[in-house]
Amino acid sequence: MTARDDLLDLLVEDARHTTADLARMTDLTEDEVEAALADLESEGVVAGYQAIVDWEKTDREVVRATVELNVTLDRETGYGDIAERLARFPQVKTLRLVSGDYDFLMEVEGSSMHDVSIFISEKVAPVPEVTQTVTHYVMTTYKDRGVALNDDDDDDRLSVSP
Amino acid sequence: MGLDISERVRSVPPSGIRRFFELAEERDDVISLGVGEPDFSAPWAARDAAIDSLERGRTSYTSNRGLLELRQAISGHVEDRYDLGYDADEEILVTTGVSEAVDATLRALVDPGDTVAVVEPAYISYVPGVIFAGGEPLRVPTREADEFKLTYEALESAGAADADLLMLCYPNNPTGAVMTGEELEPVAEFCREHDIGVLSDEIYAELQYENEHTSIATLPGMRERTVVFNGFSKAYAMTGLRLGYAMAPPEVTTAINRVHQYGMLSAPTTAQYAALEALRSCDDEVEAMVDEYDRRRRFVLSRFDEMGIDCFRARGAFYVFPEVPTDESAEAFAEGLLREEGVAMVPGDAFGDGGEGHLRVSYATGLDDLREAMARFEAYISD
Ligand SMILES: Cc1ncc(COP(=O)(O)O)c(C=O)c1O
Repeated sequence: MTARDDLLDLLVEDARHTTADLARMTDLTEDEVEAALADLESEGVVAGYQAIVDWEKTDREVVRATVELNVTLDRETGYGDIAERLARFPQVKTLRLVSGDYDFLMEVEGSSMHDVSIFISEKVAPVPEVTQTVTHYVMTTYKDRGVALNDDDDDDRLSVSP
Repeated sequence: MGLDISERVRSVPPSGIRRFFELAEERDDVISLGVGEPDFSAPWAARDAAIDSLERGRTSYTSNRGLLELRQAISGHVEDRYDLGYDADEEILVTTGVSEAVDATLRALVDPGDTVAVVEPAYISYVPGVIFAGGEPLRVPTREADEFKLTYEALESAGAADADLLMLCYPNNPTGAVMTGEELEPVAEFCREHDIGVLSDEIYAELQYENEHTSIATLPGMRERTVVFNGFSKAYAMTGLRLGYAMAPPEVTTAINRVHQYGMLSAPTTAQYAALEALRSCDDEVEAMVDEYDRRRRFVLSRFDEMGIDCFRARGAFYVFPEVPTDESAEAFAEGLLREEGVAMVPGDAFGDGGEGHLRVSYATGLDDLREAMARFEAYISD
């Protein structure tokens, strides 16, 4: 594994590791870590850093939906063009082209169900290439980006053992 | 005569680790770097296989030696990973942890008065195991100057030439030391010269960060005089499932099985199904755990280095073994650290000769806790 791979694994696990800790864990110097991170960012390999939030534990109402989209293509319009248009909406958090019965799988976020419905019906469905949308509202999230929510990971080991 | 405790049991004191456990239990803000088992749970596929076996009602004994399928899987695994060739029918015995394997082997091979050389610092069960089996332990200390590797000279100067058996463990608990094939060769030579049998506890074989594991049984002339122990507790984070195995030539395996057959009957059935699945499908999880341990190892070594504490570069298991930074005994230092900063480490002398003046620091604990524990350690020594 290269130092870059090592750093990527560490950041995926916890993007808040300090440069000093990253250096300690990889046997690089802090300067080398800084330089590698700068490269990863400028090359777009690391596209951003975000927290994984369990909104159900806050007062804020965050409504999420997964939307299946079918589209038609023509000579002038490819998947990339449609995706670009959809991705510009800030409500769209994730957009992926997938194999199977539909073309795009889109994750949308809003502050209420109404909000999300309006967005789908007024902004997404009218896009000329979109032929069908199926919206699934998220009821509960159990695991998000590899992190189990509501996980009681109590350490039940003996505190000192041979 | 009532229930008189045997001479043998009375001669073995309770483990020094116990006292630290009790001290640590007295307060609830303790960060423990004194734990000798993984902080992960067993891979889900293995747990799921255990559950499935229960749902199917597989709750009877297995054959004494363990499920044949499991022994076959073990045979394939040790061949792939360590170049060890052991026959599933005749040379592998599945046991209730390496603990039982070591105990049964000592009872199968030791006659009253036989000498068993035990390389120290060592896992705490070996010397009592020898005594319970009626043997005489001979301690062979290793030194930090040798990175706690066993040398020909150490064997010689401890008088191990007259020993009948040699008990060793690399990667080592408590030091984290490992030995390469080249470094094991002089040890093998000593054993061949003096016709000594080897009991090699390789339970940490998978947890090595800079080398591939070499089993002493793969060296010339060693297979016939070695019993290899391995198990699922460490690599697969399955300590509570209690599963290990012994591998040895047929007559020796039969002898160990004689003790196991009467003393244990068979290893836990549910755990055997979990282990089978662990071998079949959990390589990726093991690799991920090994990567994680390695990061923590580097982190802890770097932190001790920054604090100016002498700590040799441990390359295996999940322990580092720094020197006590004051002129106190390891015990006094560890007790002070626990009382004042709420950080538990085990004094090295709990693991026998050669461990005094050192602390066993386990990194089988998440990075957040390691970070905090190191900060408290630093605060403690700079007061
Ligand atoms: C070196 C060594 N051998 C054996 C054991 C016991 O292993 P098991 O859980 O397989 O009985 C341990 C556990 O700490 C150990 O460190």
